[in-house]
Amino acid sequence: MSGNGDAAPKLKVAMYWAASCGGCDISLLEIGVNLLELIKIADVVFWPCAADFKYQHVADYPDEYIDVCFYNGAVRTSEQEEIARLLRRKSKTLISYGECAIDGGIPALANLTNPKGIYDAAYHHNPSIDNPDGVEPQPITECEYGELEIPKFYDQVLRLKDVVEVDYEIPGCPPQAERVWEAIQAVAGGAVPARNNAVKVACFDKSVCDECPLEKRLTKIKEFKRPHEARPEPDWCLLEQGFVCLGRATRSGCGALCIKGGLPCRGCYGPSSNVEDQGTAMISAIASILDAETEERAKQLIDEIVDPVGTFYRFSLGSSHLKAHK
Amino acid sequence: MTSPHVKTNPGYKRISIDPVTRLEGHGKIDIFLDEKGDVADCFFQVPELRGFEKFCEGRPVEELPRITPRICGVCPEAHHMCSAKACDAVYQAELPVTAKLLRELQYNIFYVTDHTTHFYALGAPDFVMGPDSNPALRNLIGVIGKVGVEIGGEVIKCRSWGHEAASIFGGKPVNPVNCIPGGMAKSINQEEHARLTEIADFMVEFGKFTLKLLHDVVLANETYVDIILNGPYYHETYSMGLVDENNKVNFYDGKVRVVGPDGKELVKYEPKDYMLHVAERVEPWSYLKFPYLKNVGWKGFVDGPDSGVYRATPSSRLNAADGMNSPLAQAAYEEYFQTLTGDSSGNKPVHHTLAIHWARVVELLNAAERAQELLKRPEITHPEDYRVVCDKKPHEGVGILEAPRGTLTHHYVTDEKGIVLKANLIVGTTNNHAPICMSLKKAAQNLIKSGTEVTEGILNMVEMAFRAYDPCYGCATHSLPGEMPLTVRLRNADGSIINEISR
Repeated sequence: MSGNGDAAPKLKVAMYWAASCGGCDISLLEIGVNLLELIKIADVVFWPCAADFKYQHVADYPDEYIDVCFYNGAVRTSEQEEIARLLRRKSKTLISYGECAIDGGIPALANLTNPKGIYDAAYHHNPSIDNPDGVEPQPITECEYGELEIPKFYDQVLRLKDVVEVDYEIPGCPPQAERVWEAIQAVAGGAVPARNNAVKVACFDKSVCDECPLEKRLTKIKEFKRPHEARPEPDWCLLEQGFVCLGRATRSGCGALCIKGGLPCRGCYGPSSNVEDQGTAMISAIASILDAETEERAKQLIDEIVDPVGTFYRFSLGSSHLKAHK
Repeated sequence: MTSPHVKTNPGYKRISIDPVTRLEGHGKIDIFLDEKGDVADCFFQVPELRGFEKFCEGRPVEELPRITPRICGVCPEAHHMCSAKACDAVYQAELPVTAKLLRELQYNIFYVTDHTTHFYALGAPDFVMGPDSNPALRNLIGVIGKVGVEIGGEVIKCRSWGHEAASIFGGKPVNPVNCIPGGMAKSINQEEHARLTEIADFMVEFGKFTLKLLHDVVLANETYVDIILNGPYYHETYSMGLVDENNKVNFYDGKVRVVGPDGKELVKYEPKDYMLHVAERVEPWSYLKFPYLKNVGWKGFVDGPDSGVYRATPSSRLNAADGMNSPLAQAAYEEYFQTLTGDSSGNKPVHHTLAIHWARVVELLNAAERAQELLKRPEITHPEDYRVVCDKKPHEGVGILEAPRGTLTHHYVTDEKGIVLKANLIVGTTNNHAPICMSLKKAAQNLIKSGTEVTEGILNMVEMAFRAYDPCYGCATHSLPGEMPLTVRLRNADGSIINEISR
């Protein structure tokens, strides 16, 4: 995949998707006309979603052949770990691209359950299943012609940095195109060292709250409401109105798009800087603005929040202090 | 990545294509050749599972429209809006007219954008450049080189205006958030309405242009028409698609209609009754399930009236309906059936897999015309009726719509607080899992024979068998040029390489 050649050596770029939705791959294409610039400075050497290089091509590359590899998706199967190790070996710079690779993302909600539960819901007990013999996918299946292989399904969802060393991280679900283009220019221009220690790029150190246009009236939360239960008052902080909004605990970079569209933040850029655990940061942010004189009243109010774990850790369960279900 | 120690039985050779590329998601193909070099069998395996049906349990149901788009970030609007429809049903919410119009408008504009991507970036290269043309040029850049830069510019404009429309409805273009149980998160004002009208008007012109391009490049070429009509890509299966009260194609709402290989209606069902008609099988060699028509029964990977295998593609939607709900698309529909079956009424179904590309263009034009028509409804800019507040007791609901690559079903059961107890999802491509396996096998068996030299062109024609089904991997390739190198290794039973073909 090459553009018009010129004298300067072009960057060799790769992108891979693991346990992810493809939205990251699309987001890279959303850089729009800058894509034509990217093609001038870079050749794609692996990108299953967009180009026909096979695993064997990558295996045949010399070590560190790829200048920059974007890996999106969490590690859910043995194949995803295997490819992560292969790409680490073949890449000078390895970047976790998007929330699934960085913090587990939506797929890490599966860490609230286990493979048995997942198989049960998918293959045994659901309204349309027809599986009287209790068949489940197997790593190896014998057929007349030989063995058929599929990867092993892991007990829990891992982050990319749980299996290999990662140099940079580009947060977001998916990352916003303008931020991504800035990061690509920084890497291509040599403005940052090739190797680093999972440093966040293509985002800001502020929180979504800092870039939110809604007014904070510094009122306290009197009750919690769910988005379908009431119409929010326009121009007023959603959290102060009682709609759980993760803006305070979430890294900025998105431009507060969901809030501008009338809906509370769900934390898709992961924990804001200096916050290790998005959920506990959010709980303390909420606790500080509860309209409760007594501990008992505070507890009553907190109990109104439905599914706190699945909400406060919507995108970051893989990085949380909570341990995976066994 | 298949392990080197995986056994191939004596007397057979295995061809692995791993990973399948330019595909939304993961897949690999194993083709087994017998001693003579004929194709004994072919397996399309999906090596991935994330478990959404399980981890949706315990979540507040109104959050599922924000969680399930991550099933597929290439066509996230389909899951987002299907999920919102299931939530409406869970809360028995009656949407105001404005909310319904806005939802359908958003969905139709998304359809135009998505079908555009697939047709130009994925389908067109095989026809504009030729199935066995130089693979280095058989891509979007090659297409633009052949048909002109202006056309490339229009394609990019169609996509970027589609994304602009998404941002007018609110939130992010990838993984949208703006549909909520009971309607939409915001209304559209007069200024936004004017801009959306401009976008829809452009999309209708773009649809007309695309249909003309299809005529000039594909249908005017006898060789291509011959490949479509007589290539190894023909299966007589049942066809599924959503229809309105007049049995016209509708992408957003209606009843699911299934017609037999002969075109006669088998059933027309309400979304809530889906489990009476569709069942899913499990095979040990793939993580993806195999749906089939329950009342016909599973007879294996075969077509015909006795096999419950069905297809849910653009072509199937046209087969399942009696026509289109807009004038230009209706004319295109009639011409499509007249050419392929000799009967413009659409009563005789089209079973040619490659015709899915043509059907997609008919749908593209229909979606654009539909958007234009919806924007003419005066209620669409009502400042308040874009939503209702859900105040009924939640329990159970099914949402169905037509994702670009097939009928999509979301089914939720909740407790009295609206917390999900059970979620069942039958996803677009999943419907077509068995037919894709069948099409690949048939293509491989017809194209790779004893004594045939397996050329790059032949390999591409095997790939064309499933390329027709899956608009999603096309979305991803929409503006990036690509060479298409592919390596196939023929291995002996002991794993040693006997032949290697690269392109």
